[in-house]
Amino acid sequence: MSYIALSDQDKKEMLARVGAASVDELFCCIPEGSRLRRDLDLPAAMSEPELLRHMNAIAGRNTYGRFQSFLGGGAYHHYIPTVVDSLSSRTEFVTPYTPYQPEVSQGTLQVIFEYQTLICRLTGMDIGNASLYDGASAAAEAALMAQRLTHRGRILVARSLHPQYRETIRTLTKNLALTVEEIGFGDCGGLKSAELRDKMGPNVCGLIVQSPNMFGVVEDLAALAAIVHEHKGLMIVSVAEGLSLGVLEAPGNLGADIVCGEAQSFGIPTSFGGPGLGFMGCKKEFLRQLPGRICGLTKDIDGKRGFVLTLSTREQHIRREKATSNICSNQGWCALRATIYLESIGRTGLKEIAGQNIQKAAYAAARLAAVPGVKLRFSGKTFNEFVLVLPKAAAPVVKALQAKGIIPGLELAPFYPELPDTLLVCVTEVRTKEEIDAFAAALEEVLR
Amino acid sequence: MIREPLIFEISDLGKTGYTIPKLDVPADPKALEGLPLRTDIPDFPQVSEVEVVRHFTRLSQQNYCVDLGLYPLGSCTMKYNPKVNDKIVTFPSFQDSHPLAPADTVQGNLEVLHRTERLLCEITGFDAFTLQPSAGAQGELVGIMLVRAYHESKGKPRKYVLIPDSAHGTNPSSAHLSGYEVKEIKSNAAGRIDLAGLEQAMTDEVAALMVTNPNTLGVFESDICKIASIVHGKGGLLYMDGANMNALTGVARPGDFGVDVLHLNLHKTFATPHGGGGPGSGPVGVKKILEPFLPVPIVVKKGGAYALDFNRPQSIGRVRSFFGNYLVVLKAMAYILSLGPKGIREIAEIAVLNANYIRKSLEGVYDLQYNTASMHEVVFSDKIQKDAYGVTNLDIAKRLIDLGFHPPTMSFPLIVHGALMIEPTETETRRDLDLFIEAMKVIAKEAAENPAVLKAAPHQTYVRRLDETAAARNPIVTWERDKS
Repeated sequence: MSYIALSDQDKKEMLARVGAASVDELFCCIPEGSRLRRDLDLPAAMSEPELLRHMNAIAGRNTYGRFQSFLGGGAYHHYIPTVVDSLSSRTEFVTPYTPYQPEVSQGTLQVIFEYQTLICRLTGMDIGNASLYDGASAAAEAALMAQRLTHRGRILVARSLHPQYRETIRTLTKNLALTVEEIGFGDCGGLKSAELRDKMGPNVCGLIVQSPNMFGVVEDLAALAAIVHEHKGLMIVSVAEGLSLGVLEAPGNLGADIVCGEAQSFGIPTSFGGPGLGFMGCKKEFLRQLPGRICGLTKDIDGKRGFVLTLSTREQHIRREKATSNICSNQGWCALRATIYLESIGRTGLKEIAGQNIQKAAYAAARLAAVPGVKLRFSGKTFNEFVLVLPKAAAPVVKALQAKGIIPGLELAPFYPELPDTLLVCVTEVRTKEEIDAFAAALEEVLR
Repeated sequence: MIREPLIFEISDLGKTGYTIPKLDVPADPKALEGLPLRTDIPDFPQVSEVEVVRHFTRLSQQNYCVDLGLYPLGSCTMKYNPKVNDKIVTFPSFQDSHPLAPADTVQGNLEVLHRTERLLCEITGFDAFTLQPSAGAQGELVGIMLVRAYHESKGKPRKYVLIPDSAHGTNPSSAHLSGYEVKEIKSNAAGRIDLAGLEQAMTDEVAALMVTNPNTLGVFESDICKIASIVHGKGGLLYMDGANMNALTGVARPGDFGVDVLHLNLHKTFATPHGGGGPGSGPVGVKKILEPFLPVPIVVKKGGAYALDFNRPQSIGRVRSFFGNYLVVLKAMAYILSLGPKGIREIAEIAVLNANYIRKSLEGVYDLQYNTASMHEVVFSDKIQKDAYGVTNLDIAKRLIDLGFHPPTMSFPLIVHGALMIEPTETETRRDLDLFIEAMKVIAKEAAENPAVLKAAPHQTYVRRLDETAAARNPIVTWERDKS
């Protein structure tokens, strides 16, 4: 396949205008020793039907879709209304660049403005950005933002924060004079507030806590925020399952100063983990330390309302090494999908879907915990995920259930050695009662 | 055109654009007990499906895009994005697969990651790649963190990163986030790195030089091998920003001219659509010496099967969740397979031909501050128009919009005042190139005859020039009832 639009005649005439005898001559500024004087060793070009056949064959080697899956842990299977695919695939949304020229980008810009508004409504924050890469890097950006705002050298991170988010925070802060310390979880699955009280102090930027956390447990954010605020630290809430915001109280109403997270649940397929959608909102007094692109409202010279990217003096192309973040491209198209999703399902739909997640997960938790030998690991209230303790090691149980067409969830022991024999189970609105019942029956059989 | 309101302004109580299936488990009020429930989501939209469809369709019509015409944003490589690649990523087996799925159920995905790494190694001349970085800037950060990890393994991380004054703003920002101080290297009269200046700045306190090649002037750093040996001579590493790789595919490989670590932008060189601001993908290629430090996990092939290797003690760790923007990587792989070796080479050949065609056609009409040979892009300035008629690059850009084109890049390189950085890419038609050239000539003529028309441009867009100063001074970033 070739996507070149020039004819041989075009090339000849264009070379003549340029004054070159051949295309090769145009590369004369590359020293001969640095030129590649052979063909690349790549597979031969494929026509479109050949390519589709080839990629179909590779897709066929993914068998995941044949299973009933109860996996969550930062990527969630939710139903995506057809309008999301249909509208987001319009080429006018797919093929423009970042909206640097507002007069020809009002579509993208208005979408971002609506998206920022939706994120603020959901999180209870005053302001939000145009998106970040994903929930993990958003958490790391929040840590750096807290450091800039407080000029303090330590940050506390819940051990119940997604393990990959914690790893990302460690990677992205390790060269920047910020010490990351973990705070454990109790038997309810929530953060140990006594430990927080001990570790919190005047040299701590703040706390990053996830709710619902890695175990699905909803944290007592208001109580934690009170402890953090006693020392004038910042309360940072990470939300890996954006859908929970449809029914749970907005973190902003519970003392959060910064809310960040992953919004893949809003109309974005699990996509083997990417692209997803990192989001961030904060209180308005932190606006100038917020990383990422921001869209703002203004007027044109005729007084007509319009939208622009704004506050670019925070950003790398103006501030260079002094920028709030190095981010440039973000996840614009994913933010578009989230906007279409949220505006389609609207206030009532969001509440209803989130409510169904709670009900189905609660039903599943009760059914599975009734299997002989199986218990719930934590007593805390959950959203759409919960942790089971099995009477034996999880790995062979997972294998045995897989042989029955069920992927029962995520083994936690590789991430949490202190949680042996456990399984993180996620139940969203796409799983039916029949599938849940079949899972419980299969688990019972496998453990018998 | 109809003024399209914000969705919040057309929202009505009780409407919905999507019907929810009935709950099929018994509803248990106890499930909600003890949860901090919200009573409401204030001012959240409630609209019907048709309203959603019209809203986004109308908004889409207010965007310019590659599929409408030439989009000559320099250094952004706005080439045609093949439709078939968009289709491939919607195969349910790809898009509905879960990142924590057992490896034996996602062998296809792991194959895509592993093979794409190999394909990129061959195209660029490196030994290994990580596909984890989500975009170019994250790739830069990973690249410089790898440099740091390498120096730390040798005893000390060193203190400085050298960056030419023509570089993109993400370079200094990424170096800073890796804990380095930035030292700027001046360009010479040809727009290239000044070797004497480099030699002077390059000490054993310098961790790396970040070079963009071709640089943001569209000029190839012909002394690249000498540059590499100066940097290596002091034990430093050579980093290359691959934003402009479109000029080199199949013609020259950074791994062959002394580069130790490079990031690519799949949303530039490898034709994945930019989506109005992402998702991108910024893979990082390295020479063997840096391989132990790559982010985890790595896809390995054991026997006939693919597996994930997390056990890499020298790794810098991870910079995001899961495996990066996987579906973007998948599109890039499909693109490489469809083009093959000759097609990949043709990218650079025609991209450079098209840029030089524009350059030749507009030379003399617009000022060229640097007269050095152009590769895939050419950087003019507004000097002629500004000196004589007070017309700036902004005026020229806005007038181009009226004439049917997206403007060129203007915000950098900082070393060209009033820059107009034009990158046509290889997929342009002759007709569109000629129309663009004609439009630029018309504007030059208007600048002389009727500059007021440029100053007030654009005239034909849905909104006209917007007050960006007011937007920044009094930021309104969300909708509020009765205020927006």
